[in-house]
Amino acid sequence: MNNRFLTGEELPFCKGCGHTGIAEHTEKALLNLGWSPLDVILVSDIGCHGIVDKFFTSHTVHGLHGRSIALASGITAGLNDQSKKVIVFLGDGGATIGMQHLIDAAHNNFNMTLVIHNNFLYGMTGGQPSELTPMGFKTPTLPSGASSEGYDICDLAMAAGANYVARIMGIGDFSEALATAFSKNGLSVVEVLEVCPSYGMKANPGMKLRQVAEEAAIEVKVYADRNHKSWEPPFLTAPDSLFSSFDCLPAMFTSSIEKPVRIMLAGSAGEGVQVAADFFAQAAVTAGLNVTKKGSYPVTVGVGYSASELIVSPDPIFYTGSPTPDALIILSNDGLSFARNTASRMENGEIFIDASLPVMNAAVSVIPIDFRNQAGPRNAAFYALFRYLTHSGIFPAEAMKKMIGESKLGAKINMEKLFQLP
Amino acid sequence: MKREVRHYFFLRQDKDNINNQRITRTFAPLFYRSETLKSSTALIDSSLVITESMVQAGADVFIGYPITPANLLYAYGSRRYPLFLSAPDEITTLQWMTGFAATGKLPVTATSFPGYALMLESINMAYMMELPMVIILVQRLGPATGTATCGAQGDITLLNGMISGGFAIPVMSLADTQDCWEIPAKAMQMASRLRTPVILFTSKEEVMTSYSYDISRFSGISPIRRNNWDGSGKYKSYRANEQLIPSFLPVGNPDHQVRFTASTHDEEGNLQGTSKAGLDNSTRIHQKILKNMAEYTYYELDDAHDATTLILSFGITSRAAHEAVISLRKKGVAVSHLVPKTLLPVPPVYYEIASRYKRVIFCEENYTGQYRQIMFGYSSPDHISGVNSFGKMIDPSEIVREVLRDE
Repeated sequence: MNNRFLTGEELPFCKGCGHTGIAEHTEKALLNLGWSPLDVILVSDIGCHGIVDKFFTSHTVHGLHGRSIALASGITAGLNDQSKKVIVFLGDGGATIGMQHLIDAAHNNFNMTLVIHNNFLYGMTGGQPSELTPMGFKTPTLPSGASSEGYDICDLAMAAGANYVARIMGIGDFSEALATAFSKNGLSVVEVLEVCPSYGMKANPGMKLRQVAEEAAIEVKVYADRNHKSWEPPFLTAPDSLFSSFDCLPAMFTSSIEKPVRIMLAGSAGEGVQVAADFFAQAAVTAGLNVTKKGSYPVTVGVGYSASELIVSPDPIFYTGSPTPDALIILSNDGLSFARNTASRMENGEIFIDASLPVMNAAVSVIPIDFRNQAGPRNAAFYALFRYLTHSGIFPAEAMKKMIGESKLGAKINMEKLFQLP
Repeated sequence: MKREVRHYFFLRQDKDNINNQRITRTFAPLFYRSETLKSSTALIDSSLVITESMVQAGADVFIGYPITPANLLYAYGSRRYPLFLSAPDEITTLQWMTGFAATGKLPVTATSFPGYALMLESINMAYMMELPMVIILVQRLGPATGTATCGAQGDITLLNGMISGGFAIPVMSLADTQDCWEIPAKAMQMASRLRTPVILFTSKEEVMTSYSYDISRFSGISPIRRNNWDGSGKYKSYRANEQLIPSFLPVGNPDHQVRFTASTHDEEGNLQGTSKAGLDNSTRIHQKILKNMAEYTYYELDDAHDATTLILSFGITSRAAHEAVISLRKKGVAVSHLVPKTLLPVPPVYYEIASRYKRVIFCEENYTGQYRQIMFGYSSPDHISGVNSFGKMIDPSEIVREVLRDE
């Protein structure tokens, strides 16, 4: 098998372009390190450098502008194989667009090498400046020169945790520097400074690469060389089926309701509304009923209202909405604010409201009950549902008592007391 | 002592043959039967069922960024997938997923519109690279960040045009708990076999509501078997078979060079500009989806004898429509009900079904009637109408009213 990494065809770059040197020295470095082409995955993206993949005999993946690092991170993680080498070719434009991906790859220390082709501009689209363009460097679209210093991508990569970070001058034979980066564990980043002969030279006649770097105080050096642990996949060992996370609820009680009953329970966050509703729903299943349950609460789950909509029915439930419930149970001021519109829509049914709350006008009967004082705020939801079950008889309150009693909560709630409250 | 409860009874008839298309068809004749509630009934939410289905079908990894109302899918994912990765954003999510898929893994994510919008270019990339994955889109109220905690069905038009060029991408919808078990596994199978991203289309009200359900109705799911290329000679990453599907090999395999690319490319994966080889390959990807969709066309048709009106609804709204149909039939009004599970590309059989009725009423929880517009245009014929809502679920009574409008 031909072990060359390049096909031998003439590379497609402009005369004098630094990209040619990077491709050739990448091949030399890999050959010197003894890699085989089919153990190497070259990931590139948009930019002049990206058209090189056709000339590589390794596996090649060609993605979106600026996203090659994230794409390669997925490949590295998916392979999870130290005997494979993932190399990313990207430009200074791609590094700008995908800076989050670079920081993230460094932070995770994905086992791969980034080769940043930094010619200080976007070459494929006409020579626009990138965020890596040094102070004073001119481009065709910025003839006055960059007015601020570009990001030091090596500093960023180092700070984010990459194991190996180096900036090299893309002049002469730099295959050894590349080989050093390729042989590191974890994320290695090499920024290669180079010249775009088409746009860089034209906008900066007579420019010398070393001089540009010197004037912009861009240091050519190894920034980081450490051997922190590289990324390892956090596999779950034999995760249990989610079906083992709940109990089936065989019918052991009865209900004689003939049509669906819709209940809304509205109270305050942190007062057990959702938990109580869940026990109520499970208890209804043990009474042979079909049930749906959904919660409503603000995105800040620890404050404000907390409400639950429940439907219990002898027949299968299709429509799960409850624009006008048959029973509205309001436990607190938060619950009242939330449920006021619902209450005003009700033409049938009953409203049960905590006795501490203002009396409300409604088209249906409003029954004040001392939920909070009798049971305490934390148990008011349970008490209210017990009371509602006793009052309505839709299914035995005993079913809910049994459900709670057999749960971990059974030891924490004095159910007998709640049950016996008036 | 057990009480007698009435259960809605579904008679399922699989792989019927209509118009020479191999389709799976489910009839739902509307009558009740008595049945004792099963001891295998539990209170479960659809996010749990979807997750378990995906994993049993062979999903290798869940990669995600948390967003309401896909929260539960993320939470279950962290305990159930063999590998769960929290990504820093949605672009990264899709890039990592594509990377995993390039190595032969089957990735899954779940998001909502704001995250989906960020994923769009990357989904186009995965589509062009022909790499399998399933993206669960849990719809919420838009535009923009809209109302995170309110359900919606407002992203259908987006999906219909999301691949630049108007190319087809499979979109599957879930109507009930049984679908949440069966369809995700089928979506995963389709993604793997057709080498394509597949969108699983749902909404907040479907995945964040708990339902009592007899879990013994969930039949076993066989894990997907990947048929990687085992031919002789040179492997070409995009050389397609007669079904227009290219055989797969992962990057990193020691025997054959593999090329994946998002840019226009030939069958070897080399960049092509606008050469015939490149353009032919691009249009093949669209044709691949169309050619194979018949095998993945799922819908329920509850066809009432003598009905002249067809209600068409999907996802959460189909549940309201179901109740409307029951209510109408109790009044003696004959009405049929079509529930597409395969939403996009629109299966031709839906047009054939719609053509049998004098009236077709599209029920969808969006402001403009998106699926109606996709099927019948922005100026739909007089016999096509819609029941729509914005910011709230459609109530069965609204559907009943529309059916009875001219009676």
